[in-house]
Amino acid sequence: MLADDAAKGDGKNAIVVVDYGMGNLRSAWQALVHVANGRTVLVSADPAVVSTAERVVFPGQGAMPDCMREIEARGLRSAVLEAARNKPFLGICIGQQMLFEHSEEGDVPGLGVIAGKVRRFPAEYMVDAAGNRLKVPHMGWNQIRQAREHPLWKGIANGTRFYFVHSYFVAPTNDACVVGSTDYGLPFTSAVAQDNIFAIQCHPEKSALAGLAMLANFVAWKP
Amino acid sequence: MGLAKRIIPCLDVTAGRVVKGTNFVDLRDAGDPVEIARRYDEQGADEVTFLDITASSDQRDIILHIVEACAAQVFIPLTVGGGVRSVADVRRLLNAGADKVSMNTAAVENPDLIAEASAKVGNQCIVVAIDAKQSAPGVWQVFTHGGRRNTGIDAIAWARRVQQLGAGEILLTSMDRDGTRNGFDLPLTRAVSDAVDLPVIASGGVGNLEHLAAGVSEGRADAVLAASIFHFGEYTVHQAKAYLHTRGIEVRL
Repeated sequence: MLADDAAKGDGKNAIVVVDYGMGNLRSAWQALVHVANGRTVLVSADPAVVSTAERVVFPGQGAMPDCMREIEARGLRSAVLEAARNKPFLGICIGQQMLFEHSEEGDVPGLGVIAGKVRRFPAEYMVDAAGNRLKVPHMGWNQIRQAREHPLWKGIANGTRFYFVHSYFVAPTNDACVVGSTDYGLPFTSAVAQDNIFAIQCHPEKSALAGLAMLANFVAWKP
Repeated sequence: MGLAKRIIPCLDVTAGRVVKGTNFVDLRDAGDPVEIARRYDEQGADEVTFLDITASSDQRDIILHIVEACAAQVFIPLTVGGGVRSVADVRRLLNAGADKVSMNTAAVENPDLIAEASAKVGNQCIVVAIDAKQSAPGVWQVFTHGGRRNTGIDAIAWARRVQQLGAGEILLTSMDRDGTRNGFDLPLTRAVSDAVDLPVIASGGVGNLEHLAAGVSEGRADAVLAASIFHFGEYTVHQAKAYLHTRGIEVRL
């Protein structure tokens, strides 16, 4: 159970972590509290709280079809879409994937905020340079090549390692939104940005100092 | 550029205290799992594992408080195992702040638990711990109840089965090597790693840094777990990584 103060308040001036009942949001909440400099961080499943948030974190764990179903069931779709239009918005892992138009996982549509698809690591590419088989899920610390400058990369060296756990990755239609890529059998897009949105495949909340730096950058971000 | 091999210190915890303690000279409390986890995080550990070996059931909830405190201070993945018997146990640990939950005896007694838990919380959260002991050359059997009971189940077949059931990772411990400091059982590690598509964590027997390197290169493990070489200050996690790096193994430095 989350500490009581994670669920209190109406969202005004708060950083709100969207809770749609999938996976563990405590880690994301804890890490944000750690970098929020006393700002309020809430975990909420209430569309009204998401709507009044100052900025929104959209996490995700598990399978994308389940995540999409829960967002619909809890009436969160329009609040999330609205936040993605006009607030500083951070998508994490499945929260990044759901911003896209379609996923191969369960053959389901996403929220369609960013043009492109979500693909599974193709079996034929899952071999490293030495000929060893690469396992899926892609689990552990891998490097992100920063494709261009972005306020969320501030103070984070190009090629820094972050913690990943996933079997699917995003394939944007337009390269313009790509801000980071990672190699695992093939190069894949590991971070995207579009206006007020930054979304990343890895788990900054579990990526030690580099992850905390990124979350602190998000808290300070004025897109 | 690629995925780094992980180094994972493991702490045995009973009733909220680290068993045998550690001898970091400058720790305020050598028995405090949270303080030790924080120290390993500072040294560059890629994850931390808590194995709860609390015997008495009325003290079992203590681990939840430890996990909560750890999650508030340590921002790397935390795996918790020991005494996990139901999906409710898995959920309680995840809600307290664990990132992955490891199950062993309960998974053997009720394999459906793996499928059920993985469907509920996602396979990335479910680690199946396999304690294996050699019974003939190239043959290993699965032991449960902390290594006391032989199930007669073939370890390689069991590894394949837990993958089918939805495990996200395998924590493989050699009962023959555990505590010996003679190095991992490399043929076992390699046989299991080659048999499954899941990441395999090698465990049991690490006595020096070369053992860690061999676990990765010859055992083909995706991660290596060790306890005593780190607890007693023989090596820091950073030294272990620096060594693997000199051996051409990709690590997060």
